[in-house]
Amino acid sequence: MTILKKARRKLIQIAAFGFNNPCMGNFARGKLYKGPWKQFCSPGLNCYSCPAARLSCPIGAMQAVNGSMNFRFSFYAVGFLLAVGAVFGRAVCGWVCPFGLLQELLYGAGNLIRRVLSVVKGSTGRVPAGKESIVKETECAAGSGRLRVWKPLTYIKYIILLVFVLFLPTAATDALGMGEPAFCQYICPAGTLEAGIPLLLTHPELSRALGELFALKAGILAIVLIGSVLVERFFCKTLCPLGAIYAILNKISLLHLSCDQNKCISCGQCARVCPMDIDPVKTANAAECIRCGRCSSVCPADALHLGFSDHRES
Amino acid sequence: MKRKITVPAILLIAAGMIAYGSCRGETAIILNKAVNICMQCIGLG
Repeated sequence: MTILKKARRKLIQIAAFGFNNPCMGNFARGKLYKGPWKQFCSPGLNCYSCPAARLSCPIGAMQAVNGSMNFRFSFYAVGFLLAVGAVFGRAVCGWVCPFGLLQELLYGAGNLIRRVLSVVKGSTGRVPAGKESIVKETECAAGSGRLRVWKPLTYIKYIILLVFVLFLPTAATDALGMGEPAFCQYICPAGTLEAGIPLLLTHPELSRALGELFALKAGILAIVLIGSVLVERFFCKTLCPLGAIYAILNKISLLHLSCDQNKCISCGQCARVCPMDIDPVKTANAAECIRCGRCSSVCPADALHLGFSDHRES
Repeated sequence: MKRKITVPAILLIAAGMIAYGSCRGETAIILNKAVNICMQCIGLG
């Protein structure tokens, strides 16, 4: 059942990735999709300068309007994010964000490497007969041994949202009253990976414009990629301003996680498998919860439920 | 219960914001930005 649920989520993630990026042939041509779909935002983080992209990035769209000559606030992009966030919350991060999928694949690759290394070192991971319960208890107590980000780092994304997405494009304007998309310009690793590198490869003339800015962005991309191999959903946890918006709406979103305290046997399995390092029993609707459903699928007591209703009828 | 009140209210506000933003031409700005290579977005601008 767990495998089926995992496969279902992965299939939805891949379908969402394909829906956002159907123009793969554009990578070779170095061109962008220029059709009318680009006026609509995608719910997840996906650079609109990516050659394959069909939809616009909502964070890029917000900055484009905030930094435009005529407007200082994007009702369209904020309204879109409010609507999506109020219904799905951070389920967007867990189910449809292309950059979230990439991070999961990187972490999966990292896990594979870690397993191979442990086999090479001679540790088969087998537990001696009669010692299973001890190992289980130790794992529950100490977590699964995964690397976790230091909790204060998870607040960086809110600062990025306020400063780089909302404040700088509006306040730091030129003589014409136009602001720069500061998050895209100085931070966004999705833009560097999905658009910067492919376009540099197909447009050699662009390499003349390479400088400190690209070095900064390439450095951030390298940190994010390495971080994603070591820590599950590193970018979502620490830097993503889109995740910060959905996190604010997570507490009231229609799609939510509920825990039946009467059924819970406090085994700690849910907290152990959570990719966002939260305890669903204590805070079922924590800002960090990406509604991946991993906790509800491993719950032996069927105490956790992910859905639009509070808890399934017993 | 809290959800049943707040979410419809937010959806109503969001729909109004999307309609207002579209009417005043925000989609045209987004389309114009998104169909051209954004030099800042790719770290060159």
